[in-house]
Amino acid sequence: MIDWSVKGRRGWRALLLLSGGLGLATNLAAMGPVGGIERARYATYVAALGGVVSAPVEYAGDMHSNAEIPAFARKYNMPCSACHTAWPELNAFGQRFRDRGYQLGNDRDSPIWVNPSYIPFAIRTTPGWRLERTTNQPVDDGVGGTVEKTITQSGFDISGADLLMMGTLYKNITFGFVPTIADGEGVGIEAAFVRFDNLFRSSWANLKVGKFEMDNMLSEKRGMMLSSNGAFYQSYHFVAPGDGTTFGLGDNQIGAEWLGHSDNSYSRVSLAVLGGVDGTPGLPEGKGYDGFFAASQAFDMGNLGLQRVGVFGYLGHRPTTFETTNGGIDPVPGTGTNNKPFTRLGAVGDFFLGNFELIPLFMHASDDKDLAGGTQDATWNSGLLELHYYVSPQLVFTQRSEIIRMSQQAISTTPSDKGNIDAFTFGYRWYPIMFSRAGLAMVGELSFTKTIGTMPLSGDGVGLDPLTDATEVKSTSLLIAFDFDF
Amino acid sequence: MHRTFLRVSAAGFGLLLSATGVLAAQAQSASHVGNVTGNAAAGAREYRRYCVGCHGAAGDGLGENAQWIDPKPRDFTAATFKCRSTPTGTLPTDDDLYRSVTRGFVTTNMPSWEPLTRQARANVVAYIKTFSPRWSQGSGTPITVPAETAVTMESILHGRQLFQSMECWKCHGPAGHGDGPSASTLTDSKDNPIRPYNFASGSRFKCGDSNADLYRVFMTGLDGTPMPSFADNIQPNDAWDLVHFLRTLQPMPSPEAALWQAWLPGHAGELKPIGPD
Repeated sequence: MIDWSVKGRRGWRALLLLSGGLGLATNLAAMGPVGGIERARYATYVAALGGVVSAPVEYAGDMHSNAEIPAFARKYNMPCSACHTAWPELNAFGQRFRDRGYQLGNDRDSPIWVNPSYIPFAIRTTPGWRLERTTNQPVDDGVGGTVEKTITQSGFDISGADLLMMGTLYKNITFGFVPTIADGEGVGIEAAFVRFDNLFRSSWANLKVGKFEMDNMLSEKRGMMLSSNGAFYQSYHFVAPGDGTTFGLGDNQIGAEWLGHSDNSYSRVSLAVLGGVDGTPGLPEGKGYDGFFAASQAFDMGNLGLQRVGVFGYLGHRPTTFETTNGGIDPVPGTGTNNKPFTRLGAVGDFFLGNFELIPLFMHASDDKDLAGGTQDATWNSGLLELHYYVSPQLVFTQRSEIIRMSQQAISTTPSDKGNIDAFTFGYRWYPIMFSRAGLAMVGELSFTKTIGTMPLSGDGVGLDPLTDATEVKSTSLLIAFDFDF
Repeated sequence: MHRTFLRVSAAGFGLLLSATGVLAAQAQSASHVGNVTGNAAAGAREYRRYCVGCHGAAGDGLGENAQWIDPKPRDFTAATFKCRSTPTGTLPTDDDLYRSVTRGFVTTNMPSWEPLTRQARANVVAYIKTFSPRWSQGSGTPITVPAETAVTMESILHGRQLFQSMECWKCHGPAGHGDGPSASTLTDSKDNPIRPYNFASGSRFKCGDSNADLYRVFMTGLDGTPMPSFADNIQPNDAWDLVHFLRTLQPMPSPEAALWQAWLPGHAGELKPIGPD
């Protein structure tokens, strides 16, 4: 529904003025001297950095793939707002729809009801303008040494595109297939799974096999923030300094998941066995499996709305010993042994106070000392609070504050605060159209991170740690974009 | 003195009118479901989020998706509702509407909105009632559903006789497949084609899945459809017999179906086919 009323047009003008103002201001900022480098050299410099920077930055861009599926809206003739508080975040109705294997539970689920011209296909991408500014980045000083400088980059950009294919093969058998396309990176498979629902006629017996997002109550794939520093949860991706473990709690994983839920999905529990490859196709490097557990319970609190609390835990293993070739240089895939564990344990809430939504998360994590080559296990705690204010189904303001604090470093000589993170994000999403065929969101977002002794997790800047462990690296992202889904 | 009296009377009358208007508006803008009181203003927000795509902003069933949907979405401005506990021609209770919102209609696009909070569903009910001035009349009085009679072969066979004699088969078909000779001619109160229920589909009934729900359909009718109320035509015991027979037409396991299937092999020849005499 496009609001073409006078009031609606005022809203457009106001937003365009705001967007334009922010864009002008940030462009002017970017056109000044960049960390001592003259403007004339800026473009060449950024281009040269492209190869270094693009991978980690686009890593952040990939975070928001696999989200809302307007193909379902088209199939069931329902507006985005029926399943989403504000897409891509699910509401209680959308959560049950997902839990049921993308079925409403009525006759319309059967493929026989589907118009023959219907294709379970949708696409999402986000063109826009963004600015990334990161302090204390090690760059060449021109005389053979290295010096720390502030790197500021800005310009028009596009995220990768997600091709969202999900549908019903048969009653209670559904599939998902989400290839992602990123310029210069080719095609990846973000998700590919088949799921069998309501086994034994029970909502407590649902099985999913393939590559999928774990049943995180706070879903990174359906997060509303998109900027480089704000598009992901720091807590989900942080690993201790010196630790080479490849793992992200928000990453899609490969394995099998059992999910059970009550008929209204107020009670939910899931258990997954995963391949320990952090979602990378191919056989695991080691011989162990990872496990993930999540459970949550929602409470009907009348006028306040639905309140949900949950817990989760991940137990992972990574090998530390391999068969090798080339004189011990190349490990032989699949031969890893001497597994060492890492754990993530947390609690999360989703509370509504009328139009306010508050999402707190607390997590405790530990990595075995051998994963970082240290003398003691690395441990840390993280917490976040995300706030959403829904002015209407078509306008939401967002804010997130997140911290990570190291409790114990694996290597005892590492400064105790190395790796600590403070992150803040502010944004809005405005949906000028909201109907059952497609979606468009106008996004404005500003995010800040401060990391101690390490580069920002987004990879912004040059993608390298600062020169000293005590250095505070501050990274800022500004995003003005059009997030569309068709 | 006379003029003053007239002025005071007029003012009093105006105040009274205003008060009754306010009271009527309040009655229409609230719903009462158990201990939950629904609020129409809050319901408007829920309606906009969940319902407007099909039922339309004006509640007239002409939402942007209505053209693609069959059966068509309910027109709340007409205030005619199929699933009620109240006699035909009367308005449903708030509980009736709440149950419809909660349960959904399995043979239509209307899903179950059970994941919404009770308050949210009650709010939607309150808002739905603002679309028609008919609600100022108030809801009908729910009918009494007497205790169910025993499930016996006599009951089932009598129900089968009623299915024949009351000409249920003309719409629902001799085997209950919704393919009776009149089926293709049926329309609802808005002249949209409408199909009789197919008992073999395996779907639960539109207005619930219990025997009492089916009993209620006989006795209240489905307003706005060709399905009439039989409250004036059959006795409660007869209605229960009909319920028991109709259960045998469904593929789902039930006490009635089990009894019927055990009895039928040895007695099939005794049954007169259902249909034209």
